[in-house]
Amino acid sequence: MSNATKTATTLLRDLRGKLGEGVFSVSEHLDNLRLLVPSSRLIEVLTALRDGFGYQLTELGGTDYLGYPARSAVKPRFEVHYALLNYDLAERLIVKTFADDPDPTVPSVVGLWKGADWMEREVFDMYGIVFEGHPDLRRILMPEAFRSFPLRKDYPLRGRGERHNFDRVTREDS
Amino acid sequence: MPINLLDEEDVSSSTRDCHWTLNFGPQHPATHTTLRLILELDGETIVGATPDIGYLHSGFEKLGEHLNLNQYVTVVDRKNYISPPMNEVAWHNAVEKLLEIELTPRCKYVRVIIGELARICDHLLCTGASALDLGAFTAFLYAFNTRELIYDIYEEMSGYRFHPGYTRVGGVMYDFSDRVIDRIEKLLATLPKVISDMEKLLFRNKIFLERMRGVGVLTKADAISFCTSGPIARASGVTYDIRKDEPYLAYPDFEFDVPYATEGDCYARFHVRMEEMVQSIRILRQALDKLPGGPVNVAIAEKFPLPDKGTTYGSMEGLIQHFELIMPNRGFDTPKNEIYAAVEGPSGELGYYLVTDGTQVAWRTRTRPPSFIHFQLFPHLIRNHMISDVVAVLGSLNIIAAELDR
Repeated sequence: MSNATKTATTLLRDLRGKLGEGVFSVSEHLDNLRLLVPSSRLIEVLTALRDGFGYQLTELGGTDYLGYPARSAVKPRFEVHYALLNYDLAERLIVKTFADDPDPTVPSVVGLWKGADWMEREVFDMYGIVFEGHPDLRRILMPEAFRSFPLRKDYPLRGRGERHNFDRVTREDS
Repeated sequence: MPINLLDEEDVSSSTRDCHWTLNFGPQHPATHTTLRLILELDGETIVGATPDIGYLHSGFEKLGEHLNLNQYVTVVDRKNYISPPMNEVAWHNAVEKLLEIELTPRCKYVRVIIGELARICDHLLCTGASALDLGAFTAFLYAFNTRELIYDIYEEMSGYRFHPGYTRVGGVMYDFSDRVIDRIEKLLATLPKVISDMEKLLFRNKIFLERMRGVGVLTKADAISFCTSGPIARASGVTYDIRKDEPYLAYPDFEFDVPYATEGDCYARFHVRMEEMVQSIRILRQALDKLPGGPVNVAIAEKFPLPDKGTTYGSMEGLIQHFELIMPNRGFDTPKNEIYAAVEGPSGELGYYLVTDGTQVAWRTRTRPPSFIHFQLFPHLIRNHMISDVVAVLGSLNIIAAELDR
């Protein structure tokens, strides 16, 4: 465990040296090291981590913190997390970025990792967070005609009756 | 008047007019589950493929925000339904990591055992179904017959053949009895012969080799760029296995190898899965030989597991603990924090990004679904192959629709 902490401190020091101070803030819980990055510096940080330090993306997801007890009301509502892994050192890192409530947007990392494509589409489908620069941002799990964003906290578990009102294609129309 | 062939238009494949679209629809026996591919074809060569998914989307992640940490294990089972116990091990691994619970040694071994059984189950199905799609019916039946033995083990340990719902926060539902161990021994006695039978049937069969070698090649750089993991990444040369590189549960106690290949084609993936089964047999053998005694759930004082009837009716703490866990709106506290924790599942890195908010119901349960991430590879792998290679590539990617769509 001390080896991991040593790698973490050297990584943070080198990353701060490369990008400058004040780009990201760090929090840690158990063995997850988390970097909190504003969305304007996200691509810079992830490019530095990938090219300079060998961290590759393994997971991308979003979270909606509306009503979360440990947060003050002024913090942004949505967060997108990127779980990174360095295959050679077996070190993990979580990078989190924020998006605020009306029209949440985050830059897309499809240019860095092709596997982020569908994962960003899913975050868009479920939360409505728009990824700027994504080549094909459309719904992936819900039908195209769906209007709401299901995983948001203000969307009820059983939905709003959409499943009873889908367009029906009859034999005469098709 | 005879047609003069020199008058024919010179139609080259670069003109888009001669491309046609084929819908490899959600209902098709070769797409193992409900997924849809819109193939753009030039004759029989595939020029482009667009996957269309979401037919099985059931809101598992939304359900995770309304179910208890113990109740959610039943939903988690139904994601990778080919190897349910591995999902449970992954889920409770994340929960226990966040809640900072240290499992008993016996529980760690039990979870390794059910995880490896799940891995064997998944690989038997994946290799058997890949062979079935190419026409090899006997290999498929040999694999499925052996899976019945694994279902018998699940039935003995938990009462359910398919979705055990076996793990709990801090332990498991019931401890392993001798009958469970007997059934596992029975499986270990028959499994090596089944694997060798399948190899003898397939690995020298010219049709099988021609259809699998060189098809759907994934280079190492692409494997990393597409965020692949598990057998698919290992068949392309990315030799990362969470069991070896970031050991969890009781894996440091076992000696096993991690098979890998460098070609990255369907045949390499098939071979890696067959070899992983052999290694899982090794782990199971060591785990059964060294299975420690002692309690399988953490102590009552930790306030997480449900005490058994003897402790409930025989001790004050047991009674209070039983009451606290069963009655609604009471129970253990969870930290207001979040974590990402992953295990090595049969199709890849199976991780959970778990956010809890102090109550027993999680705030956010994001699954890292290996099938979803691997299905992105399909349009990349299938370019310039023929229609008949679609089933070979799709089978080798081990796409399970319930994990794809959740």
